[in-house]
Amino acid sequence: MGLSIALTVNGAPHRVELEDPRVTLLDLLRERLHLTGTKKGCDRGQCGACTVLLDGRRTNACLALVAAHDGADVLTIEGLASGGELHPVQAAFIAHDALQCGFCTPGQIMSAVGLIAEGHAGNDPERVREGMSGNLCRCGAYAGITEAVLDAQGRLARGSEAA
Amino acid sequence: MNSFEFVRPATVAEAVAAASAPGAAYHAAGTNLLDLMKGGVARPTRLVDVNRLPGLDRIEHAPDGGVRVGALVRNADLAHDPAFSRRFPAVAEALLSGASAQLRNAATVGGNLLQRTRCAYFYDLASACNKREPGAGCDARGGENRLHAVLGWSGSCIATHPSDFCVPLAALGATVEIESKAGRRDVPLLDFHRLPGAAPERETVLEPGDLVVAVRLPAEAARFAAHARYLKVRERTSYAFAVVSAAAALRMEAGRIAEARIALGGVALKPWRAHDAEAALAGAQPDAASFRRAAEAALTGAEPSGGNAFKIELARRIVARALAMAAGGTPERVPALPASPFAPAPGASVHV
Repeated sequence: MGLSIALTVNGAPHRVELEDPRVTLLDLLRERLHLTGTKKGCDRGQCGACTVLLDGRRTNACLALVAAHDGADVLTIEGLASGGELHPVQAAFIAHDALQCGFCTPGQIMSAVGLIAEGHAGNDPERVREGMSGNLCRCGAYAGITEAVLDAQGRLARGSEAA
Repeated sequence: MNSFEFVRPATVAEAVAAASAPGAAYHAAGTNLLDLMKGGVARPTRLVDVNRLPGLDRIEHAPDGGVRVGALVRNADLAHDPAFSRRFPAVAEALLSGASAQLRNAATVGGNLLQRTRCAYFYDLASACNKREPGAGCDARGGENRLHAVLGWSGSCIATHPSDFCVPLAALGATVEIESKAGRRDVPLLDFHRLPGAAPERETVLEPGDLVVAVRLPAEAARFAAHARYLKVRERTSYAFAVVSAAAALRMEAGRIAEARIALGGVALKPWRAHDAEAALAGAQPDAASFRRAAEAALTGAEPSGGNAFKIELARRIVARALAMAAGGTPERVPALPASPFAPAPGASVHV
């Protein structure tokens, strides 16, 4: 018996018919909705490349069964920029050279957006590194990633003060 | 991954009935179960999704200082609940030292108790494992076993329980609330997990259909809040399971230890409460000699199960250091590197 699941992905409503409940959120995004920005690295919750915001919280899409998330709101890297303008975290990753090959970058950026929203890291680079430890970067761009997260967090804070 | 039926019960009673069938398993976040299913280690034929069950996602603080935490509360939400982390700081520190931020956002209290060992031979279908396939043998014995158990192990299984959360819960006398067909019952956390003995496939006292609905901490556990720490040695700074860990909590009176609570992680197939070590500290001065004496007592009966004799002395040192850190006082805020031996410990000598 199939399941009918409603999801909002990057602001757009979707109705997904699941003939087989084995579908993970990661496979749904990539294979059915063709949102391939979310990457499949380990597929076992160890690398963070598949990080998306699920109901506003960063999570590993590879370990989330779609069947268990009826009604959820999903934000992926494709939904982050508004209009032609990059999200401040995206801009900061470019400004701080926070990537080399780029494979882990969508997951890093979504994780950073989640970390900033959680609000526990403050301006402490050690707390940022610890808070980002679920995202592996085999190129070793960690120094730039930490700088980018701190910079973007500062910009977002100043932006919300100005607004 | 094997094929399965996915059912979404609306009530706890429906869930218990659905999960009583052979081959059924509960599904909450799935952070451990999906991993096991992808590897073919777990092959449930029915997943009973508990995410929609009412009333299991609450943190209820009692006026007397105790707390009842619903089984669906997410690890991150519990660790960052201000009243919870103020009353039970070692539990919050343990939660924040486990897994990654992504996993902590998803993983639940009930699932944490029920997570399976990370023994590589349990995960590897080509290896013999009595836990995965009773009677098959144990390839961890004589294999790569430097991280395996040094307490409570048997010839049939030398795996460890991987939870950080359960370690301070064991120290602080937590109770597990279980719903079953026969009604609700309470089980002390210390009795919830089983040591392997001759039946390592039986990991807890749960019977088919039994559902963990909440974990409670008693009011008296909050009396340790001013001197409570969790310390965890990992093979990398963050996002790794414990090689050895310890929760230490002290109730101080007039500069002496009135009461101590100590439990270890990463050393056995269950969180290991060290009652003898606690007794050794009652009325003692909070100094290096007392802590070393307690550490010796905590590892009484420890035996290497392979190439892991180093874990016994490591565990003693981690117990002694966790006690020294607890004596130094709970920090106002969970450190930037929770439970890390590399974190500076103001007010406490880390080298004891």
